[in-house]
Amino acid sequence: MPNMENQAVLTMRGICKQFPGTKALNNVDFTLRKGEIHALMGENGAGKSTLIKVLTGVYGKDAGSIWVDGTEGEARIHSPQDAQNIGISTVYQEITLCPNLSVAENMFIGRTKGPFVNWWSRNKRTTEILESLNIPARARQELSQCSLAVQQMVAIARAVDMNCKVLILDEPTSSLDEHEVEMLFGLMRDLRDRGVGIIFVTHFLEQVYAVSDRITVLRNGELVGEWPVAELPQVELVARMMGKDLDDMVDLDAVGEKSVGSDETVYEAVGLSSTECKPFDFQIHKGEVNGFTGLLGSGRSESVRAIFGADRVTGGMVMVKGQHAVINKPYRAMKKGIGYLPEDRKRDGIVADLSVRENIILALQVMKGFFHPMSRDEMEAFADEYIKALQIKTASQETPIGSLSGGNQQKVILARWLLTHPDYLILDEPTRGIDVGTKLEIQRLVLKLAEEGMSVTFISSEIEEMLRTCSRLIVMRDRNIVGELTGDQLTQGQIMRTIAGGEQ
Amino acid sequence: MTTIQPDLRKKKRFERLTDAQLLTIISGTIFVVMYLIAVLSIEEFKKPQVLFDITNYYSYLIIIACALTIVMVGGGINISVGGVICLTCMVCTMFMKDSGIEDPTLLLWATFGVAIAIGAAFGAFQGALISFLEIQPFIITLGGMFLARGLTTILSGGKNVTLPDDNPFAKWMAELEIKIPELGTQRIRKGKVFINPAVLNWVTIIAIAVVVIIYLVMRFTKFGRNTYAIGGNQQSAQMLGINVKQTRFNTYLLSGVLSGLAGFVFMMFNGAGGKTGIGLRFEMDAIAASIIGGTLLSGGVGNVIGSFFGAMILGTLQKIIWFSGLQEAYWQDMANGVMLGIFIVMQSVVLGVRGKGKISLPFAKGKASLEKG
Repeated sequence: MPNMENQAVLTMRGICKQFPGTKALNNVDFTLRKGEIHALMGENGAGKSTLIKVLTGVYGKDAGSIWVDGTEGEARIHSPQDAQNIGISTVYQEITLCPNLSVAENMFIGRTKGPFVNWWSRNKRTTEILESLNIPARARQELSQCSLAVQQMVAIARAVDMNCKVLILDEPTSSLDEHEVEMLFGLMRDLRDRGVGIIFVTHFLEQVYAVSDRITVLRNGELVGEWPVAELPQVELVARMMGKDLDDMVDLDAVGEKSVGSDETVYEAVGLSSTECKPFDFQIHKGEVNGFTGLLGSGRSESVRAIFGADRVTGGMVMVKGQHAVINKPYRAMKKGIGYLPEDRKRDGIVADLSVRENIILALQVMKGFFHPMSRDEMEAFADEYIKALQIKTASQETPIGSLSGGNQQKVILARWLLTHPDYLILDEPTRGIDVGTKLEIQRLVLKLAEEGMSVTFISSEIEEMLRTCSRLIVMRDRNIVGELTGDQLTQGQIMRTIAGGEQ
Repeated sequence: MTTIQPDLRKKKRFERLTDAQLLTIISGTIFVVMYLIAVLSIEEFKKPQVLFDITNYYSYLIIIACALTIVMVGGGINISVGGVICLTCMVCTMFMKDSGIEDPTLLLWATFGVAIAIGAAFGAFQGALISFLEIQPFIITLGGMFLARGLTTILSGGKNVTLPDDNPFAKWMAELEIKIPELGTQRIRKGKVFINPAVLNWVTIIAIAVVVIIYLVMRFTKFGRNTYAIGGNQQSAQMLGINVKQTRFNTYLLSGVLSGLAGFVFMMFNGAGGKTGIGLRFEMDAIAASIIGGTLLSGGVGNVIGSFFGAMILGTLQKIIWFSGLQEAYWQDMANGVMLGIFIVMQSVVLGVRGKGKISLPFAKGKASLEKG
């Protein structure tokens, strides 16, 4: 452990933050020491994001005090700029850089002195930083031309270059592949050894144990406790986060009779292709749960988007329930009984300013056509039913969905599709960025739906989740289907081998 | 398992063109091609004077196109520029008539100061409402447009104000003209050679200077880059530590100042005096010029060089129509409309061909450029 001097760089005491309808933070304490990686854990709605936003000045706090090493008295943080000035840098889950500017500009904008821009020195310095951190980008490249992972790394490089005392990484790994995660961890350890305090927020438990020194757990806006990582086994961590024992996990394994489905084919595609994916064959049976797996960028999402007609379909033949069908836009897919929960719920899923009720009935309304409006009572009844059934945590059905936590937003989108009673539901990364408890709920729900006769395609980047839910896995590599695994073949090792294929 | 990543750090002399650069190049090319075709097919266009006529007459448009570009790059809009031009013309004319300043040079500079002050006041007022109270820019500047026109009518009592015949305009204009005999036309009458020199007016010089200065400001100053950042992604810009409100305020202030300058230029060049109907639809022409020049209404993309070409394309089009004998206003309107349509479609096709065969309007927000699993 490199944190020999047990000196706090950041002390937060008694932080309270109230939002309309919810108490987001209630008397929370947090301490970060010099040269440690401190994991901040909790389910969705536990208050991690709020705590970080208070710390970085995005939200004001209602009560409590913050002290930062090197700053006299209580730190006054009223804006991200204030936070930056006293040495607190943040890399958010959503990339907070400007896509229309160059990499070098994104590194330096908002933190240079003087009214003029020196492009030459900026580009030179950026090239040095990128090289020292081994980031595959060029200084003069426009940021939008970089992959999501590289954009994330640029954001981290920016924070690193600011010589921050406190570096906050909010879900930094959710869009990186394993290799990139390792690179990031190397960087984090390097920074730790230089004495930077790092707050690491993530949903991946393994990653917490791989890199952290200390763990703080929050639940429902309150502090549960703080432990050195060695004193808190993984199972116990999950229990603390969920505030209950692990019966639920066991529960799922018990439910875990995977649904193979009947012989009836619900959907079949031959040679289906779109502008985004190469031709592929695919079929799914009634009551079956299958999945697409593969590395980032292997074409999992693109394939299901083609099935739903979300990208421009360029060829292939599609049969739905034994009948020839043309699905070239989402509306036609919906008419044929196909539902699609998109990967990026912020962009393709939620309508942030509309209420929970309106978001729930959206798809059904489209199906009915806009000339057959539903009555208010009908809508409220539907919304109520699904808010209860999926245990959506919301102040009321009129709350704008944007103010819900990620997991609850996801449940609302799920409710939207369930309401249309699809025969075939495609779930693309339904568990991304949401807490362990909700993940389990969603997996259990998938299995239950399949039991009731719905066919489900389930995509997740966590292989364990796929193994728990899917009875058939389609493995993709470089936009091609390279294998199909069923029954005994469904093991991590076999999947890895199939993905790796001839590249050994 | 490692992903195979092409080594992106390989030294490259030139980066791949960005969409923004490409759009500017397109508008520049279109202007050149269009002008060449006009030169080849219309006799009058062979005179260089026609080009100068365009830049002289449309100098105001070039300036307000710059004003609009700045605001649009920052993700806003300003439709009060025409109204401000009208008000500036009126106030400046009244000022010159009644101020009692005897020295003509002093009067010129004082009038110039009045014009800039009016523009700055409007820019600051609108900018404050839009940035600090976070009201929709369209609504505020619509209000600004009405306010400017209303003020014009109140100040003038609804009548046009003209300067007396011995006004100093003519003298100034003559002094400040740049005569270029080499580009002029020659006539030989009764054995004598008369040279009719090409005339480049000082307003052209001002307009070009504005384009160059604003280009440099947008490219090499903190303010300029911050404007691109807030237009590209306002929330990110805030997170990156940019003072979004101040930057936005500055864009409106600068566009107000440029509107005042455009009003001054318009009045001086046309010797227009104050009329309540001046500057109608100028804002729309300026928006059209910016868009043709590659500025996106969604913000974050565009530059004033493109807008300059946009204004020149509109000006050239008017001249072509004029020389074609279609002198009614509706032909010009239709040509503008068709032109704008063609440009938008062409921009989206070009950008679409670059982006994996997907065709989407450049206006459409959130281009699907992020690839995931």
